Amino acid sequence: MELILEQLPIVIHALNIGFLQTLKLFFVTLIGAFPLGLIIAFGSMSRFKPLSYLTKVIVWIVRGTPLMIQLLIIYYFPGLVLGNPIWGGGETGRFLAASVSFILNYACYFSEIYRGGIQGVPVGQTEAGLVLGMTKTQIFFKVTLLQMIKRIVPPMSNEIITLVKDTSLARIIALQEIIWAGQAFMKGSQGISGAIWPLFFTAVYYLICNGILTLLLGRLEKKLNYFR
Amino acid sequence: MSILEVEHIQKSFERTEVLKDISFSLEKGQVLSIIGSSGSGKTTLLRCLNFLERPDSGIIRVNGETLFDPDAPFSRSEAEIRKKRLHFGLVFQSFNLFPQYTALQNVMLAKELLAKEQPDYKTRKKEIHQEIEAQAASLLKQMGLADRMQNYPHQLSGGQCQRVAIARALALQPDILCFDEPTSALDPELTGEVLKVIKELADKKTTMIIVTHEMAFARDVADHVIFMDDGCILEQGDPIQVMEHPKEERTKQFLARFTQG
Repeated sequence: MELILEQLPIVIHALNIGFLQTLKLFFVTLIGAFPLGLIIAFGSMSRFKPLSYLTKVIVWIVRGTPLMIQLLIIYYFPGLVLGNPIWGGGETGRFLAASVSFILNYACYFSEIYRGGIQGVPVGQTEAGLVLGMTKTQIFFKVTLLQMIKRIVPPMSNEIITLVKDTSLARIIALQEIIWAGQAFMKGSQGISGAIWPLFFTAVYYLICNGILTLLLGRLEKKLNYFR
Repeated sequence: MSILEVEHIQKSFERTEVLKDISFSLEKGQVLSIIGSSGSGKTTLLRCLNFLERPDSGIIRVNGETLFDPDAPFSRSEAEIRKKRLHFGLVFQSFNLFPQYTALQNVMLAKELLAKEQPDYKTRKKEIHQEIEAQAASLLKQMGLADRMQNYPHQLSGGQCQRVAIARALALQPDILCFDEPTSALDPELTGEVLKVIKELADKKTTMIIVTHEMAFARDVADHVIFMDDGCILEQGDPIQVMEHPKEERTKQFLARFTQG
């Protein structure tokens, strides 16, 4: 116990740095995947068949394979197979590759949620807008969008919370996120080796982070309860 | 000149012919009731008039202006169709109010969006907004909803919702106001309050087309009745003549169910 107390400041410092990387990947993924998911959703609902088939195939591949494999392929394929290591080395390159993989992966999941949300808004809403002389763009932004958001908040909350934990997969390409930082103390780092408790301790970070997210998303859900 | 002329409208979905050669006209200030069993094409006809469906052939004219003629070259641009659409208003069976807006906002929304296209919108923004709000409020008052303006649709009864929907359609001052079974989703008590409002509009000489299953109401309020069956107009004319002395066997059959029950 005394030993742990001694090690604690060193470990927390290392975990904080790792968690910062986790949060960075989390927010970059959300910022990229929210709009990209909407584009993919419109693509899959398009009346132009080739486009809708193409997006459906992409969604099938991305949802049908493990994110870990996607990370490996996106990070190593350009360099090892094409002989063109576009990501460069170092933590920056790994972060870029991880961001691209996560954004693509989550955008595909989001797209299905968006699609459900959009199709869940009754056609009558669009028709009412049309007969009132509104344009399709006006109908989307003034009528459909908020009703869609209301519908997708619960399934989105699920995905967002899963994303926090999924970021740990990025250590497969050696991105130094929090679990990577915790694991380092098992192998030996900064004079500590063979310590497994730092790895267990990372769970606290995830738990607090997801607790805050749950509260915020719950508040958003409540805020949208003013209409039905 | 008739305010509305419909000539030889035809419409098929896949291989089913829903409208077969529909022609009729309507005079300004008159009320036309369309009756007939479900699936006879009444709703599709209204949807064609409101450009929610595109007829396969036929001509639609309002005030002598051809709005639809598949043979004549015409602009298919969204802006053009929107303009034509505004000759008509449509009240839906299921209200289709926008749930995230209050009753007042529901009535104002479309008008405000249209106002943004006016050239003087930027300079007179506040004034225009106030005008639109005053007009919406007075329409809701007319519908007996003065104390319900700030309520959201889910806080209103079905009858109140439908009256908001009527006010919303009236806000754009359409030449012809169409009703698609406006009371079919309401219980008898609420039906009464909606019919009363429509009757008041008829007394004010609002040009209306009403698709309805309320036979007594159709007879009382209409200047002209059309009986549709299987995509055709089987019989039309004065309400008393069509509904009390029908010529066609099918019309008698259809009406018998209502007089007996």
